[in-house]
Parts: sequence; structure tokens; C-alpha cells
Amino acid sequence: MENKSVVIIGGGPAGIEAANSLANQGLKVTLIEKSDEAGGNIRNWVKLFPDFSNAEDVRANFRNILKNENIEFISNTEISSLYRDGNHWIAKNGSDKTFKADAALLTTGFEVFDAKRKEELGYGIYDNVITSVDFEQMYKSGKITTAEGKVPERIAFLNCVGSRDEKVGNHYCSRVCCINAVKQAIEFKELVPNAKAFCFYMDMRMAGQFYEELYRKSQEKYGVTYIRGRISEAAATMDNRIQIKAEDTLSALPMKMTVDLLVLMVGIESSSSTTELSRQNDVLGLYGFSKSKGLYGNDNLTNQHGLFLAGTCKRPLTLPETFADARSAAIEIVKYLKTI
Amino acid sequence: MKNWGFKISQPRILDFDTADLESYSRLVEKVPSAHRCLMCGACTATCSANVHTEFNFRNTHLMFRRGQFDGLADELDKCMLCGKCKLVCPRGVNTRAIIYNMRIVLSDMNYKSIEL
Repeated sequence: MENKSVVIIGGGPAGIEAANSLANQGLKVTLIEKSDEAGGNIRNWVKLFPDFSNAEDVRANFRNILKNENIEFISNTEISSLYRDGNHWIAKNGSDKTFKADAALLTTGFEVFDAKRKEELGYGIYDNVITSVDFEQMYKSGKITTAEGKVPERIAFLNCVGSRDEKVGNHYCSRVCCINAVKQAIEFKELVPNAKAFCFYMDMRMAGQFYEELYRKSQEKYGVTYIRGRISEAAATMDNRIQIKAEDTLSALPMKMTVDLLVLMVGIESSSSTTELSRQNDVLGLYGFSKSKGLYGNDNLTNQHGLFLAGTCKRPLTLPETFADARSAAIEIVKYLKTI
Repeated sequence: MKNWGFKISQPRILDFDTADLESYSRLVEKVPSAHRCLMCGACTATCSANVHTEFNFRNTHLMFRRGQFDGLADELDKCMLCGKCKLVCPRGVNTRAIIYNMRIVLSDMNYKSIEL
């Protein structure tokens, strides 16, 4: 394994965690990130579900990991082609940069769903319709306000925006939005205790550890009202509030209400790099995600020798799941490097 | 009145802008566990009154939550307060206390059940 090298494409949580494991075993790692800093989607987050730990602590840890002398971190570099050349893997940024290594790990992750595609929900049309990512940006500043600077008296969260919706081509569940809505509803209620928070859902999928407990706490301690029904449309009122229509499916009655702010819980979609690099290597799966060799025991392998996968380039995953997957990919890569 | 062969229907829509959602807050003050109800319907499934009448505790509770009080007092009279619903609730909601307190809040608002 002496002098063996790995190129990792994508400097988000999966890429950094895998780089950490590999570098600690003496391998030379080149970690390539398309934007100007490492961290991926975690850069947008303030607190993490379900325990409200600080995303900044995770980012600080990332910065520490990148100090490892076995890791060469390269930012502002988008890989446009990835291919095998004999026993090596070549990653290229257009024509100006070429990276060569003994194995390649794809950690190109996800992008959030572009809420403008659900035009009926008014994102990008009405100022007071925002996404869960916008909510985090606002939360970072310490207050949640409407576009007019008013503290909302009523806020609504809508789940499954871009997920479980064949109209946008995504049949799958993004898995993280339900619990994120619970988290953000609690954060909102802590900032504005007298306001009313509503959460619209098709199913509340509280499958992770302590998710159900947080959901229960949001009802019991914070009085968040959950309404089973998908908002069919949102429209602005004369005073720029948002009127929403849904069916209250539990009572089988149509309902409408006006809120000051509507938060769309945008789902997880495969990133453009994930789709493009997977396509080039014949490992493209459903919905533009990368396809592993199999779910049971070979989930980090692909049908290409020396090409590995980790994290949300494969499917929607939570942050702890992504870390675990990245470490397991590192084990597979070391195993592979011993054979070549 | 002359029968023209048609009538004007009242809108069925639940309007959260005008609905009384505060009376539910009064109920929750008395029975904090009410907040936890997920509307799973186990209470209604086990209800003895539900077997013989149209009494549906889950729905009655929901309509109260939504501020739709018409007819609820009559519905609540069908409950025998046996408490079986409380035994099956997966979230420990004090269903029996909800019924009892819904009656109190409704009577404070002058929603009377039909006198027998």
C-alpha cells in the first residue's frame, strides 16, 4: 500500500470523512471541491436535528481534518470528466487540471430541490414563501421575519416539496425534511413563543433515533399543529401575506388559512456532478443518483474496479449516516489498494 | 317560503382565519396530553359507543381542535365515559378527561345538547 493515492471528488461531509480515514492510514488523498470551501450542504445549516448540536462544530472539525499533511485540498475545481486508465483513475477539470490516483471515490452529494419548479406554491413569486434553506439563513441572523420585516404571527411549513411527487419526477422520500420541519418549527416557536406554527404533511416519517421524541415534544411543549394534507396552492393577499389551500384530510374538509410566512421543506436531489460523473462511468442509477454494486455488503463498490461511492451521491442520507458510509468506503478502498 | 327547487349551500371550508382555535387552548390547559394526539383512531376503534352509535371520539376531538363546535355537544352525550379509549392510546392521551372538559368548555360557550 506504500505510496498509493486516492482522488476524492466532492468536499462535503462524505468526502472529508473518507479523506480523514484514508489519510490516517498513510494514503495520499487529493480532495477536490467545486466551490471555494469545504463542507457541502452543511455550510447552510445552523443547528442539526435531532439534538440541536451546532453545525459550526462539525465545520470546525472539518477544518482540522483538512490540516492533515496527507490530504491535499483543492477548491474551486469542478471535475468534468472521470475515467479509468489502466490501473489508474484520472479526474479532469476541463482541460487545465488533471489528477491521477490509484482509486477514485465519488462523494459529489446532493443539491436541494429548486422550489421554483412547484410554481403553484409561489416560491420566487411571493416574497413570503421561503425554503427550509432560506429559513436557516434567516435563523443564522437570530430572527425570523417576513419580507416586510414583521415578526410572523403565523407560520406554515410544508413537507414533501420536490419529494414523493411524480409531477417533478421524484417518487422517492428525501428522508430528512420531516424531522427538519419539526426542528425548524421548534426553533421558530422558541424565537416567537406566542406565534402559531402549522406543519402540513402527507406522512410524518420519524424513522431516526429520537425523531419521534422530538416530534412529540414539538406538539406537547411547543404546541405545533400538524395537519395531514398537502397544500395545493399558495397566493399572496392584498397585504402580502400568504393564503394557502389544503384538505384537512383527517376531517375530510377543505381548509384555507392566511399565514405570514410559508416555509417549503425542499427535498434532496442528485447533484449535477453526481449525475454527470456517474453517467460517464456507467454507474448511473435512478433519479440521477449513483448506483452501487449492491445494498448488502457492497454498497460502496461500483461495477468499475477502483471506483467507489459514499454519501448522498447514492441516495438521501442523514449526516450521521453519511459519516458512517464514508468510513465504510475508506475500508473498501484500503482493501482494494492492497490487491493492485 | 316558496320552493324554487334549489337552495344555497353553506360553504364547507374550514377557514382558519376566522375559526375559534382559542377554545382548544383552554382545553389543553386542562388536559395537556391532548396536544400529543396523532389522530390514529385507536380510541374510536375500541369505543363501545361507536359500535352502536355514530359517536367518533377521534373526529369529535378533531372538530373541537378546528373550532367547529356545532353538534359536538350532542355527540359527546353518546359517550358513556367508560375509559376504554384511554387504555389503548399509544401516546398516553387522557381521552376521558378530554371528553369531560370538552363538555365544560362547550357549555361555557352555551353549546347545549338536546334535552332528553
